[in-house]
Amino acid sequence: MNAVVLAILILPLGAGLVCAVLPTRALAPAVTVVSGLACFGLVLALIPAVAHRNLNYLSYLRVDALSAIFLLATGFLYAAVAVYAVGYLKRHKDLYARRFHAGLNLFAWAMLAAPLMSSLALLWIAVEVTTIISALLVAIEALLTDDGDGAAEAAWKYVLIASAGLGLALLATVFAYYAGSQVLGEHYNLAIQPLIQAGAHLPHTPVRLAFLLALLGYGTKVGLFPVHTWLPDAHSEAPTPVSALLSGSLLAVSFYAILRFYQVAAATLGSGFPRDALLAFGVASLLLAALYVFGQRDIKRLLAYSSVEHMGILTIGVSFGAPVALAGVLLHVLAHAAAKGNAFMGAGVFTVKFGSKEISALRGGLDVLPWSGPLFLLAVFALSAMPPSGIFRSEFQIVYGGLGSGNYAAAAVLVVLITVAFFGLTASATRMLFTPAPRVLNRSEPSIWMVVPVVAGVVVLFILGLHPPAELTGLIYRAVAELGAAR
Amino acid sequence: MDPAQAPGVYEGAANVIAAVMLLIEFGMLRQALARDQVRLYMAQSALISVLAIVIAADRNLPELYVLAALSAALKVVAVPLVLRRLLARTGDDEEEAVGVAGSNTLSPATAVLAGIVLAAFGFFCFGAMGIHGPAAPATALAIAGAMVLVAFGLMIVRRDVASQAIGFFSLENAISLAALVVASGLPLILETAFLFDLLVAVVVFSMLIRTHHTRAESLSTADLTRLRG
Repeated sequence: MNAVVLAILILPLGAGLVCAVLPTRALAPAVTVVSGLACFGLVLALIPAVAHRNLNYLSYLRVDALSAIFLLATGFLYAAVAVYAVGYLKRHKDLYARRFHAGLNLFAWAMLAAPLMSSLALLWIAVEVTTIISALLVAIEALLTDDGDGAAEAAWKYVLIASAGLGLALLATVFAYYAGSQVLGEHYNLAIQPLIQAGAHLPHTPVRLAFLLALLGYGTKVGLFPVHTWLPDAHSEAPTPVSALLSGSLLAVSFYAILRFYQVAAATLGSGFPRDALLAFGVASLLLAALYVFGQRDIKRLLAYSSVEHMGILTIGVSFGAPVALAGVLLHVLAHAAAKGNAFMGAGVFTVKFGSKEISALRGGLDVLPWSGPLFLLAVFALSAMPPSGIFRSEFQIVYGGLGSGNYAAAAVLVVLITVAFFGLTASATRMLFTPAPRVLNRSEPSIWMVVPVVAGVVVLFILGLHPPAELTGLIYRAVAELGAAR
Repeated sequence: MDPAQAPGVYEGAANVIAAVMLLIEFGMLRQALARDQVRLYMAQSALISVLAIVIAADRNLPELYVLAALSAALKVVAVPLVLRRLLARTGDDEEEAVGVAGSNTLSPATAVLAGIVLAAFGFFCFGAMGIHGPAAPATALAIAGAMVLVAFGLMIVRRDVASQAIGFFSLENAISLAALVVASGLPLILETAFLFDLLVAVVVFSMLIRTHHTRAESLSTADLTRLRG
């Protein structure tokens, strides 16, 4: 299994470097698709092993059930987006396509590397690398084409705000080291597991400070209120495959970092303080997103605020603390990756077909897009937690866990705000799909490559909603035990 | 003061270096010219290396000498070099771009007063926590906390991309100061990785600043208002 872990780290890095040096674009899509599918296969191959034991390798790499969940989300989305990008890039020039493929693979590499890191320091470095690479991908329109004023603006805001947030996360890492070194000695290397195991003996003040700084710092990349401001800009201006990865995977990877600090904080302070802090950030984020999905004019900004909503749901779910709610949170990470990836990929088909991101210009989707229209509708329904999607199951578990753990008010607020967001999201989607198109467009898909991964996403959403595989359920409950054991 | 309670030579030196770094941060906040801000950043970064050498000598941590050398090579030489070349390039067609004078959203006096409030808040908050490492006293950590907030203030009150980037790099210096105070034993490989990461971030910041300048024909962020809501 160690070879599998190593391959997950090497393959996308190698693919990125190969795409960067290829003389023409001809092979770049193939390299990316092979790397994406292979990585997803490798992550799947890890699941049976990780469901029973943790994997440690070279003292810097570690895979446990929690990290495997996030690897799975990124692995799936990387494969889906790699296939989608073949169709998406047909209209772009050679240099753009090669740079894009190189960046996409390197971005996926950094996101796959983060959950594999055994220490908080290496985790921070991996998350920082995701910022650097994704900022360039957000800016790619501005860097390589004459268009892209919006991309330049979004990339600058993103890199500045996210880097400042990661500065706070670095400070959190420094205080975590300080706390750990008081018990584990000065040459302690910030490994996560020893820190959790020593939790009961760690000094409280630095751990409390580290958790709050990590919540605010990594929360910047998760898109939690009030440090979410880069997110709608970057998601709306990035090329669509990158938007899908940013929303479905990058936010989750940053949330994973918060969960690691949560484990340490809960082991040291008990779960009360970290859960209260998470609840405050989660409710504020959900409230903001539920209100902002109304009146959005840009389809990708609409989906970006939906991402803030779902990150709020995850944060509130963890704050409930009940095992069933934690299981719901981890299932939600997977289901959101599939649903949001589908929604962004569907939105990308709309923008290619209609030549605009403005919702008012996107009309008659069901008439002119025989596959992508219905698939986009399914994605929006999935994001709105309609059964039988995986998000319905996960949100049901979270609310059930909230009620079961006595968090009645928070659970009620959660249900109300999810319902408000549902109306905002579906109102825009139905206008796009059911209002007749003002001009005649051919009833066709821009590319079959842009449909196939969305169909795969729908299959995944149904599987997660109707009958998650036993191995996956086992993995989730093992991860819940890891999270719960820290309390 | 009871001599037993007085700070030792190394503790005193660490406190003095931290205080001078904070003063330099205020200098950046006050300074109108981006070129001068880069000079101040160089001085602040040099002090970080000096502090690393002081702690290395005090606590017999030879790896901190290596860290001091790497940090100096990167922050005193490489980063300022990149920033200066960038400013020179963006200043070719307009004298004002090098200076970015007038990019303050607040008057210099108001900005410094706001900085003092932030610094006092950070100093007392971090000081009250009573966290201190074996290498340097709690005062130095409190000053690092003050520096973090003033660096955030610098990024907020400036309306040009160069000063915002320098604000971010000085934020990184503040965090380095905090790390030296409470985490001087952090393995060298991790410290080196942090520095390498900073180098890559500088390159990306430079690319984006150049792209912004090419499109907006200035370093000002006043026109970055396209994306709202």
